[in-house]
Amino acid sequence: MGFFILYKTILASGILMLSLVVAMYSTLIERKVAGFFQDRLGPDRAGPWGLFQPLADGIKLFFKEEFMPNTADKFLYILGPSLTMLIALLTSAAIPWGGDMVINGKVYPLQVADINIGILYIFAIVSIGVYGIMIGGWASNNKYALLGAVRASSQMISYELAMSLAIISVVMMTGSLSLKDIVLQQHGFNWNIWYQPVAFLIFLTCAFAECNRSPFDLPECETELVGGYHTEYSSMKLGFYLFAEYINMFISAAVMATLFFGGYNFPFMDKLTVSPNTLAMIGFFVLFAKITILGFVFMWVRWTLPRFRYDQLMRLGWKGMIPLAILNIVITGIVILIK
Amino acid sequence: MQLTSNRSKLVSNKKMNFWELIYLPAILNGMRITFSHLFRKKATIRYPEKTREFAEIYRGQHVLKRDDEGRERCTACGLCAVACPAEAITMVAEERKPGEEPLYREEKYASLYEINMLRCIFCGLCEEACPKEAIFLTKRIVASDYERDGFIFGKEKLLEPLDPDKRIDVSRRQTNAVIEFKKDKTKKHNR
Repeated sequence: MGFFILYKTILASGILMLSLVVAMYSTLIERKVAGFFQDRLGPDRAGPWGLFQPLADGIKLFFKEEFMPNTADKFLYILGPSLTMLIALLTSAAIPWGGDMVINGKVYPLQVADINIGILYIFAIVSIGVYGIMIGGWASNNKYALLGAVRASSQMISYELAMSLAIISVVMMTGSLSLKDIVLQQHGFNWNIWYQPVAFLIFLTCAFAECNRSPFDLPECETELVGGYHTEYSSMKLGFYLFAEYINMFISAAVMATLFFGGYNFPFMDKLTVSPNTLAMIGFFVLFAKITILGFVFMWVRWTLPRFRYDQLMRLGWKGMIPLAILNIVITGIVILIK
Repeated sequence: MQLTSNRSKLVSNKKMNFWELIYLPAILNGMRITFSHLFRKKATIRYPEKTREFAEIYRGQHVLKRDDEGRERCTACGLCAVACPAEAITMVAEERKPGEEPLYREEKYASLYEINMLRCIFCGLCEEACPKEAIFLTKRIVASDYERDGFIFGKEKLLEPLDPDKRIDVSRRQTNAVIEFKKDKTKKHNR
């Protein structure tokens, strides 16, 4: 038992470090990608190809003045970014990062918690995410921050519905809420995206909205709201908000890869004559490659599309995404019945 | 009302068709366009390592010329200051004392000559106004600074060095006719 806890702790801290490093370098990649899309080079001064830029940014954030508005609610003001960061990091626990490793007859699953309601867990955590932003915006005692927070909360709640509805059709096909089962069913090239392209499209759109990313970045809409919910934040508290956004992006790419792109499965994985442990390691890197590509899609869309207007955003969410998701469920149900 | 330019467009409030309503074709087209930009030639010039090519007649930081014998050409007539549209030039004139002939070409010289580089618009009118060919704009870039004081360039920064090898070439700023004329050493102007 003690050994079990030790293994899980090591795995959990490994994944924690991984998400932090990935989030750190996402900021650099984001700026690089933005640069290349705009015929520029992006940051390339700090180290070769700008590789030390995230470190420089981090150090800068730490040394910035820690400013707190006089009228702010001190406790909630600190709670906001901490909650956002905590929740962003919690989600990765349920994602299967690779197949089982077998060492000395003992099985080591590359998943922190194989809970049988993995999807529900992820959605529960994601929906708490709105509190971090809401609390931060409220505690700042600033009209722009409050407006940004209100926008964020209504937007996230609206798109959560369509997101969960899109997943229901996947769950109907799989018959399980466990992420591990869902991945195991997509063995080889039998990925869910071939059966549920509409669900994937809805999920992707809602993931943009959930992560507050362009074209749905209205909560921090600079042209109207200064900085949105983090207007009053500075130093590492601001850093936490920005950082959490990139962790969320990483995690939602991981969830998408798991649900629709077969997780750690890859075509012709049965043809490879390697030990199961090597296969699990390859699987991990395959999953990582999928996450990278999906992360690139996030950035690609951000630097392509202009921001939605608020009424368009709500119309798309309630009149477009939700009916489409329900229709998708009905069609999936009919197909399952006929089979 | 008839607009003078023919660029006005009629606004149409037509309903979007199905493909426009679901956004997807337009989004995919946009993404195709941005993706193609990934492989374009980048406009960035990595500045300290590479400098961009300047125009032949680029107008940068000024130089106060000396003549071939190393005497300051400026006679402090003040025409440049009058010509300057930004009023960036200040000068104080002084009479040349006996024994200072190797220093100053004319009988009057500028004891103080300042250009405020923050005011200067690098139009080149000072150069055009100068009857003594004393001031020219060069290809050099005015260095950045943290303080405003640093941008008021006095004679110590504007005068070209005495060393003949370190003279600043301004031939690009002169027309061929002028260069030809300067070869004629019988004229007092060129001596």
